[in-house]
Amino acid sequence: MLKFIKYSFFDLVRSYWTIIYFLFYAIVSSAILYFSADMTKSIVSIMNIVIVLIPLVSIIFGTIYYYNSREFTELLLAQPVKRSSLILGQYGGLALSLSLSFIAGLSIPFLAAGILGSEHFLDFLLILLTGTCLSFSMSAIAYMTALRHENKILGFGISLFIWFFLAVIYDGLILLLLVLFREYPTDSLAIIMTLLNPIDLSRVTIMLGLDISALMGYTGAVFLKFFGTIKGIPISILSMLIWIALPAFLMVRIANKKDF
Amino acid sequence: MSKTHTILRSERMSRTSFILLFLAVAGSIYSATLEVGVDKQYQTITAALEMAENGDSIMVNEGIYQEAPIDVKKSVVLYGINNPVLDGENEYEILRVYADSVVITGLTLKNVGISYVEDRSAIRLIKNKACKIDGNHLDKAFFGIYLEHCKNIVISNNIIQGEAKHESNSGNAIHLWYCKDIVIDGNLAEGHRDGIYLEFVDNSIVKNNTVRNNLRYGLHFMYSDIDRYLNNRFENNGAGVAVMFSKYIHMEGNVFIHNWGSSAYGLLLKEITDSEIIHNRFEQNTTGIYAEGVNRTHIHGNDFARNGWAMKILGSCADISVSGNNFLYNSFDVSTNSSRNYNSYDGNFWSENTSGYDLDRDGICDVPYRPVKLFSFMISHMQSTTILMRSLLIDLVNYAEKIAPVITPHNLIDNSPLMSRIDYDREN
Repeated sequence: MLKFIKYSFFDLVRSYWTIIYFLFYAIVSSAILYFSADMTKSIVSIMNIVIVLIPLVSIIFGTIYYYNSREFTELLLAQPVKRSSLILGQYGGLALSLSLSFIAGLSIPFLAAGILGSEHFLDFLLILLTGTCLSFSMSAIAYMTALRHENKILGFGISLFIWFFLAVIYDGLILLLLVLFREYPTDSLAIIMTLLNPIDLSRVTIMLGLDISALMGYTGAVFLKFFGTIKGIPISILSMLIWIALPAFLMVRIANKKDF
Repeated sequence: MSKTHTILRSERMSRTSFILLFLAVAGSIYSATLEVGVDKQYQTITAALEMAENGDSIMVNEGIYQEAPIDVKKSVVLYGINNPVLDGENEYEILRVYADSVVITGLTLKNVGISYVEDRSAIRLIKNKACKIDGNHLDKAFFGIYLEHCKNIVISNNIIQGEAKHESNSGNAIHLWYCKDIVIDGNLAEGHRDGIYLEFVDNSIVKNNTVRNNLRYGLHFMYSDIDRYLNNRFENNGAGVAVMFSKYIHMEGNVFIHNWGSSAYGLLLKEITDSEIIHNRFEQNTTGIYAEGVNRTHIHGNDFARNGWAMKILGSCADISVSGNNFLYNSFDVSTNSSRNYNSYDGNFWSENTSGYDLDRDGICDVPYRPVKLFSFMISHMQSTTILMRSLLIDLVNYAEKIAPVITPHNLIDNSPLMSRIDYDREN
């Protein structure tokens, strides 16, 4: 499996799109740092980008990569290799290269701006961590969807819909539930709903790390109590890992059953 | 003849009056200085006070004096040389002043001790006038300076430091009750429940003070009218300033900084009328100004920078005019809980107003700006929706509401938003 990871990783790192993706982060974060004098504000802007763009790019890129390397995958499968290690290897290489572009693209400008000694260093690390987790989980979802659907357009559409659902529709559902049940205490409902969506989970984790949590009043206090304690941190890490492991597991299952 | 007589008479008269005046002045100038110290005439302040006449000075030399409580019943000047320490031994009030025209200066007063029964204080002034408390150092006082029923008092340049941990067992640094014509100038108050507390205090000035790290409010007004507070700095308090049930309050040139926390405010206004809030700076407060039941008040020329909410103006407010302010990088600029608006918001600079343009180049944006976002309106009705903050959905919904307002107050609008920041030349 390591061999496949290595192969697809180096293949992707040399590709045009990874470099563009890297340059995009480098340019955007330098621009943000340049235009806003305040580090907190920059971190918040970066957070907005991370929350919206990482899932979108990971999903699109993952789907395209599978469909593009399909013929090569078929060729490799003709050799005596395990299906699961081939698929997981390709996925691993993809997720690694996406994370690397993101981490490098963000780190270089921020290091140059002196994040190391800044009070926001931990927040920055948190953004890197959640961004990496999001890359891994969303590209797993993309790979799984693409494997499942032979029809490129259908696969692509479903991937995009999953992104749209997790990024926008899901929050709409939360809002609807909170409005419907506003007579009741809805805080634990909100926490559970948040844990079930990787994008929301990342957003809330980063926000609680920044001191924006004071703006969230009572809800913020409840959230901080949950996500900031010994009970909450393992649960949110676990939930994030499930969002990586579950699509990866399904991916292997689909690949094993699939008639290439 | 009659003319010279008149002149002579008037000369004589002025001579008599001069002699009378001289006697009066000499009487007051003829005042003794009583020295207190280990090897001095008096060993204790109490002993010196007993011997003193009105108008005498008592010079307290270096040393530690454990003789609290000390009652000052004569109009004396009590001044310290080389910071003499008056110790309350965590048990007593230290100075209780019952006489008019007392000056207390250069003393260090410490260890008053917590009481749940009485409001113990380091310096207490009871029913007197024309006193001055200047340049003292108060350390670990339960209440610092406590005035009740006083007039014409100056409290200046004192350093009042406490170690309050809980609201329930801590006192206020400067506490005024039923007073008039008081000046509080250049003090430092920290680590108490309220920094400066005024209840039924009229016609007074609070200026140039630094108030920080207090548990509840930096400055707290209750039922106090026609007061001014100018050029103070309120930093890191539970709430910077709370002004409640008062009218004709003039607030100018103050700095409210980092009053941050889940229920912290820069300036909390409740039932205020006919007041002015001008040229203040609100920076990094959870809520810059929180207004409830505020009427006929001008909010002009302030800077609101990097606050959570720059202003929360509730539906119970009317005739507030907000103009000429800079709203810079706040998470929310204006929030309200009512779908009607009786206040005006014209002529401000909003850093979030990025879609505006100015074709005729007069510095005023050609399209009106709506400072209330749907989401901030939503939060004020349903607290738990704050978990959706900075979600993509919220951005979309805000944008839709901005184009065609349905839920937010349709007339809460800045008709002449400014294109660039107003540069107020500020020293602080």
